[in-house]
Amino acid sequence: MKMLLITAAVLATAVPLVAHHGAATFDTEKELTLKGTVTEWIWANPHCFLKFDAKDDTGTVRSWVVETQNPTTMSSRGWRRVSFKAGDPVTVALQPVKNGAPVGRIVKVLLANGETLIAIGPQPDAALPQQPEK
Amino acid sequence: MAGAFRFSFIAAAVLMLSAESFGQYQPWNNPGRAPAASPQETASGPAPRRDVTGIWDAGNAGINGTGYPTPPLTPWGEEVGKTHKSGNGIRMVPMAEVNDPLSTMGDPTGFPRIILYELRPVQILHTPESVLMLYMFEKRWRVIWTDGRQLPKDPDPRWYGYSVGHWEDDYTLVVETIGTDDRTWLDNAGDPHSDQLRVVERYHRLNQTTLELSVTLDDPKTYTKPWTARDKLPLRLIPPGTDLMEMIPSATEAAAYRKSMAEPSK
Repeated sequence: MKMLLITAAVLATAVPLVAHHGAATFDTEKELTLKGTVTEWIWANPHCFLKFDAKDDTGTVRSWVVETQNPTTMSSRGWRRVSFKAGDPVTVALQPVKNGAPVGRIVKVLLANGETLIAIGPQPDAALPQQPEK
Repeated sequence: MAGAFRFSFIAAAVLMLSAESFGQYQPWNNPGRAPAASPQETASGPAPRRDVTGIWDAGNAGINGTGYPTPPLTPWGEEVGKTHKSGNGIRMVPMAEVNDPLSTMGDPTGFPRIILYELRPVQILHTPESVLMLYMFEKRWRVIWTDGRQLPKDPDPRWYGYSVGHWEDDYTLVVETIGTDDRTWLDNAGDPHSDQLRVVERYHRLNQTTLELSVTLDDPKTYTKPWTARDKLPLRLIPPGTDLMEMIPSATEAAAYRKSMAEPSK
């Protein structure tokens, strides 16, 4: 019971990620959820980014680029260099940039195998370390 | 009774899972300090005399994205600070306008930014003449001369400056640094500095597993008075066999990021 309480406490007190390189770019009040297909996953500094194609409301395919934090921080959150490959179906929750371009930052990604990778916010698995954004 | 048994079983399973997950280091590519202390980290004994060797990690507290409160800038400092368009903190601008030399160009982090902003794990080694600091971030190192030499007079600026150290007492290593390159920023908020900056780091070995870092800066050309940026920041000893990830801000990767992320967001 004590451990359960501790686990709950860790979840409740996990620090939300706020700092960012150029966070002013993103519309943090808005969250889109898009289903699409991965075209590329770049595991690099200063930030990793995912490219995927998704249809908009009119059925037109748009090519999105959405970022995470750096590989070290993402690694501590359970992300890997091999988390995505071209052709993977994904459902991406993201905060878009303010200018309307298909660019944003990832909140979380649902993979085809049912696994969810979380980029912003507390981890469901309290065992993973929380690292601040770079 | 059956319910109590079931609960005990679940609780035991949670405990086992937690024991499995917490405090573990992988054989390769660790991102830094494990989420909870390993037995080696917590079983602290007395501090060894004149010894700061080991792999040290301040965890989340080592990374300060938003910058530090600084004293008021001088007019010269104000002018330089206005040219710094940072990704965080008081000078934050949209991504496409950021001109942080580290994150947009892949320039060296430089000193003291390496200890003020991106203090990831650092391995400290001693030689008979020096103390070496090997930083995970950038895979960069510094040499702190402890052979009694004096700091240079009017040195050519270097990204990591010129450092000498001495033992103030058996548990406190004091490091002085001058001659840093004013192209570097102090932190992610774009706080500026000049080539007149003098930094004093104080590494106090509190016990076997804790090293406290305090950092004082004095830059009369840029700031109106000296200040303490790190005040007894605790660094924890992590196991000596910890293999750390590479975390290198390369110019090629920075360019790819600008092209794919920053420019379309204009």
